[in-house]
Amino acid sequence: MTAQVVEALVHAAIKFAILVPGFVLALAALMSWIERRQSAMIQDRVGPNRASIGGVRAWGLFHIIADTLKFALKENIVPRGSNPLLFRLAPFMAMAPALIVFAVMPVGPTNRWVVSNLDVGILFIFAIGSLSVYGATIAGWSSNNNFSLLGALRVSAQMISYEVSLALNLVGVFMVFGSINLQTIIEGQGALLGGVLPKWGIVVQPVAFFLFLAASIAETKRTPFDAPEGEPELVSGYFTEYSGLALATWFLTEFAAVIMVAMMATAVFFGGWQIPWLPPTPALVATWWFQIACVMAFFAKTLFFVWVQMQLRWTLLRMRYDQIMTMGWKYILPISLANVLVTGLFLLLTR
Amino acid sequence: MDGYSALLVVTFLVVGLAVTMLVLNLLLGPKNPSAIKSEPFECGQVQITSPRQRFSVKFYLIAIVFIVFDIEVVFLIPWAVLYRWFLTQPSWAVLAFTEMLVFLGILGLGLAYFWKRRGLEWD
Amino acid sequence: MSTETVREYLTEEEEDRIGLHTQEMILNMGPSHPATHGTVKFTLRLEGETIRDLDPDIGYLHRGFEKMCENATYTHAFPYTDRLNYCSPFINNVGYALAVEKLLGIEITERCKYVRTIISELHRISDHLTCLAATSLELGAFTVFLYGVQSREEIYVLTEEICGARLTVSYVRIGGLTDDLPESFADHWKLVKRRLDKNLYDIDKLIGRNRIFIDRMQNTGILDTETAISYGCTGPFLRACGVEYDVRDAAPYLVYDRLDWTMPTGTRGDNWDRFLIRLAEIEQSISMIDQCIEQMPEGPVRIDDWRVVLPPKDEVYNSIEAMMAHFKLIMEGLKVPPGEVYSYTEGANGELGFFIVSDGSGKPSRVHVRPPCYHLVAALPEIMRGKLIQDLVPTFDTINMIGGEIDR
Repeated sequence: MTAQVVEALVHAAIKFAILVPGFVLALAALMSWIERRQSAMIQDRVGPNRASIGGVRAWGLFHIIADTLKFALKENIVPRGSNPLLFRLAPFMAMAPALIVFAVMPVGPTNRWVVSNLDVGILFIFAIGSLSVYGATIAGWSSNNNFSLLGALRVSAQMISYEVSLALNLVGVFMVFGSINLQTIIEGQGALLGGVLPKWGIVVQPVAFFLFLAASIAETKRTPFDAPEGEPELVSGYFTEYSGLALATWFLTEFAAVIMVAMMATAVFFGGWQIPWLPPTPALVATWWFQIACVMAFFAKTLFFVWVQMQLRWTLLRMRYDQIMTMGWKYILPISLANVLVTGLFLLLTR
Repeated sequence: MDGYSALLVVTFLVVGLAVTMLVLNLLLGPKNPSAIKSEPFECGQVQITSPRQRFSVKFYLIAIVFIVFDIEVVFLIPWAVLYRWFLTQPSWAVLAFTEMLVFLGILGLGLAYFWKRRGLEWD
Repeated sequence: MSTETVREYLTEEEEDRIGLHTQEMILNMGPSHPATHGTVKFTLRLEGETIRDLDPDIGYLHRGFEKMCENATYTHAFPYTDRLNYCSPFINNVGYALAVEKLLGIEITERCKYVRTIISELHRISDHLTCLAATSLELGAFTVFLYGVQSREEIYVLTEEICGARLTVSYVRIGGLTDDLPESFADHWKLVKRRLDKNLYDIDKLIGRNRIFIDRMQNTGILDTETAISYGCTGPFLRACGVEYDVRDAAPYLVYDRLDWTMPTGTRGDNWDRFLIRLAEIEQSISMIDQCIEQMPEGPVRIDDWRVVLPPKDEVYNSIEAMMAHFKLIMEGLKVPPGEVYSYTEGANGELGFFIVSDGSGKPSRVHVRPPCYHLVAALPEIMRGKLIQDLVPTFDTINMIGGEIDR
């Protein structure tokens, strides 16, 4: 192995170490606070604000530390009759893919801002991201709990159903930008349509965006689609039996998935790191301040979509399981098929 | 192949994180196992039937159809990526579209058939 | 996936022969389960997600109300009735008092009738709000839950102003009330009403036209009219099936025949109808309270009969007759002529009946309650058979089972 390769690998490791613990995990921890404070604001209440260090409450921000400590200090109970190895492994089997997918996400211009700029970009996200379903299914089955089992069945059915629509929705985008590499797609969105409108994914593929958002929220298993962990009937669904840090891992996975959805929506439909009306000319890209500004723009857009998902989470109700499946197969799938055809026809006629 | 070896490093990092969390919990958490505590949660009752029996999985048909459609998407993606290029070739443009029209049409028919046979019903 | 579709290819014997058979899952849902509040246990027989059979198991909140009443004087039973339906204790108080008064054959004062109507309707609102809030919560609308409970809180504050307690009210007495309404009641009610209107508007805006909510509620938990009647269902549940039966209308008590109100009924008998009926009944109750406050005459709230109600304290300390009446009422209880009576009122969930047998002593010989939810929960397996497990949640919520009154 040459020194150059080793250096490249070390760089990748450092970038990932900065991106994932520095942004994704930090944001995931912050989201547990945002979620509770934002829901409190929606619901006319104060929300958690009592955790304090030396009398400083900091709007309840210390609840993050308190929660983490509490999770870490709890006993890790393995239920009787379960499969202990699979039971302990399952949360991490779900978490690992949810974190690895961030490696191909370009957060800024040039290859410096992406851990690994793969040609197959989005396909990698789909391929690895969908492995999460194994973790959830194995967790439900290995728990030796009937509620977990029902939750596991629901989660596997739901996640595979929406995966088709998820990929199909993006086919239209691939057709417009002619690539599945995320960096190329983002660069393609820098142009201006008619000199005014940025050529963002949402502008060229509006239908796909909304279908994508619906399908990807279904993949994260959050409220309108949270039948797999639907509290009123399945207690906690497939992670009913988990405690301690293993339980925290499930939340972490969920929040990481939410951030991933936000990043995907940003990268594919909202111009990624593009700053509107500021085309990234090579001279600009070479300057460090422009790169930083682009990264900031990317994270700002990501935060916006995280906020949108939080808002949906606390505004909408839980759908019934068969309604979720009906929506996926009978509405989203045919519409996304039609979207591909309409896009093809449009491109053909305006070539 | 550099991109992929970087991913290998990333995978090691994530596995390291997982192991750290697992070990941290084992080190920090108390360990007082008891027979009642390790009972699987069934709302305070004793399990009547074990989840390890042969349960009815109603969505297996959906799972099969999922494979069909997922492979279809895999076929679609190369076409989608190259579609712009096809359009620039005068002799290929209409063919590229009509071919996919036929492909998607057959798939749409398949979906309609599955739908008609109540494959998408749940109870 | 329908079983019919599968059976097109294989018969059950063939499935068994090639080893395709599946076993039913028997699942304990409750007692300690998020959805089975009020504490009940459902034993579900599941085939996949479909409920093949359901067995409600009640009794987790059994306190022996009926037996306790036999060992207490008629007046002492009031605190027990508070704890029957803990969402609407006033209605239970009034129902029990009316039963004993019917046996005694006494006529209460005009003002007392109006006050009893007001407090009954007040707690009907709080009961309906609890039901609406819990239904929304269970379907994932936590925000609506908090709005509903906030309004209920306002009513609790008003209740506290009336009788000093929020839940354990014990406000009604045989032959009257412990005390008149506070003077500030009308003003405070106006304030509560304004906030209630606003919260109801918000709730309606949030979920009244929400597609997901309507899909979850509409055409789920349907019970046809005949079955509902044969199970003895009453209240919003029966009215959702389109039957115009309301004790306040069919056998008017207190002053309900003098009030101008309409009875909302449904057509399909599903959860959505029940939800809407409860919303409409809240509005009717608000208007009834307004009318009562307007029509309410001045005067005493207790009858002037020392054999039934306690004499005023200054009389007790200053005259031997009052002293003796007080002593006898406290030590022996009021004497109710021998006989039996069934008196029924409209509780928030349906017909709330009290059956009392008296042997002429100061303590009832037998008290039996007809809790409205008991019959509704009995009909639940009928509704849920063959339905999805997730439909159980809104159906159980619109039934509004109250553990306190079902287990007694």
